[in-house]
Amino acid sequence: MAQERVIPVPTPETRHFWDGTTKNELRLQRCTSCEQAYFPPRPFCPNCSSREVEVFTASGRGRIHTFIISRFRSPGFETPYSLAVVELEEGPRMMTNIVGVPQSTDHIEMEMPVEAVFEPVNDEVSLVKFKPAEGKTDAE
Amino acid sequence: MRNKVAIVGAAESSKIGHVPEIGQVQLHCDAALRAMADAGLTPGDIDGIACAEEVPWTIAANLGLTPTWVDGTDVGGCAYMHHLRHAVAAIEAGHATTILITHGESGRSRVGTPGLDMMYTENHRQFELPYGATMPPNMFTLPVRRHMYETGLTAEHLAWAHVRQREWAAMNPRAFLRDPVTVDEVMSSTMIADPITKLMCCLVTDAGGAIIVTSAERAKDMPQKPVYYMGGGETVSFNNISQMPDFAHADVFEVASKKAFAEAGVGHDDIDHLMIYDAFAHLPIFGLEALGFCKKGDAGDFIRDGHTAPGGQLPLNTNGGGMCYTHPGRYGMFALQESIRQLRGTAAAQVDGVEVSMAQGVGGMFFAAATAVLTNVA
Repeated sequence: MAQERVIPVPTPETRHFWDGTTKNELRLQRCTSCEQAYFPPRPFCPNCSSREVEVFTASGRGRIHTFIISRFRSPGFETPYSLAVVELEEGPRMMTNIVGVPQSTDHIEMEMPVEAVFEPVNDEVSLVKFKPAEGKTDAE
Repeated sequence: MRNKVAIVGAAESSKIGHVPEIGQVQLHCDAALRAMADAGLTPGDIDGIACAEEVPWTIAANLGLTPTWVDGTDVGGCAYMHHLRHAVAAIEAGHATTILITHGESGRSRVGTPGLDMMYTENHRQFELPYGATMPPNMFTLPVRRHMYETGLTAEHLAWAHVRQREWAAMNPRAFLRDPVTVDEVMSSTMIADPITKLMCCLVTDAGGAIIVTSAERAKDMPQKPVYYMGGGETVSFNNISQMPDFAHADVFEVASKKAFAEAGVGHDDIDHLMIYDAFAHLPIFGLEALGFCKKGDAGDFIRDGHTAPGGQLPLNTNGGGMCYTHPGRYGMFALQESIRQLRGTAAAQVDGVEVSMAQGVGGMFFAAATAVLTNVA
């Protein structure tokens, strides 16, 4: 039985993010009052509730904050597959898959530097996945 | 506020485990009828109803209730602790006199239900589901590796959490898993979501439970030894696992339990018996640490070393828990049932001298929590 992956459907508050993905841009929001960057998208700051927020394009770099290697089947996924939370350079975290490497703990590690890659799904959205960062990353 | 309301009726469904002959609503009702019999009450005596997953009107319709207080708070597996806390407040405020809380779930057999309602949020659908975050085994397990990274917790520690609970389940005829099991067997069971193996996950069963509360004054004249509500806590927090504020710490457990300790007027040393909702093996570990029974990073050893096992200083999950006793999808009701039994002196694996029991529940994937502190001392 064919089961399909879920395709994200943009909503008014998330449109800027998904538009960005189709242009290979990882867009986050930042509060102009308290300077905190945040994700997921929302029209007011999760830190201080200010509505004065702006969209900006992030570097796409981050580190693996936590992950599993799932052998629990999900529609449209072949197991095993990685499921990770990446902490972006700018602070916010997001869920993703780690790609470009075998899906095992031999190749995926905690705090591994990664960078965003965009996987087209349709005209409206590309998924944001992460691969091991190439070359040196900024010293932390 | 303290000890003004008592649990006077408590029962699980006649059968738990694999029960394909009973539909989900009737699991609620079977437990409700047994709880009423336990309390010497009839539906005509019930003037308040609380339940989750099923809408309260369904249970009211089936049992023939006319409540003047209704609660359908649905925050996942700990909803029943929320219901209990709300019911206590309602009785104290005079909104009702005799409140029934029911739970029933055909989690294994899926009879009369489309299955566990994951209550997906919009953000989950857009930012988590597309990456394969579909069910608790691949979401609730995400915090584990972060805890391991920060504290040195190992897969062996996780396995010990199951093994220690199996020691309690061995004494319980109603437990789903009772045979002795080793750490190696738990670690080498089917990998579900590395590092979590199958035996580090809760069971999937069919089960129901019900509780009846009334004033402490009325409780004196009822058949069962009253179990008094000393105090409790409840909270909700984030709603997408990828946005957990601290993956190595269950903030919601800390918030709810701090409130419960304060309301109950007790400290850690006063807790004779503890139930921590164990959807997975890491829950008791996160729970012991967030509740303050162990420092961060120490709960794994605490469990391994036997302190929560039969004979240990802090009996934990003495029915065997969600991993060994039963777990139909939501487990909070069963944690409460075991606390009640231990306080009544009727538990299968009865601990001597239990006077105060704490039951800690979780909802969603650390999205919500509620805590109840109960006693058999008036």
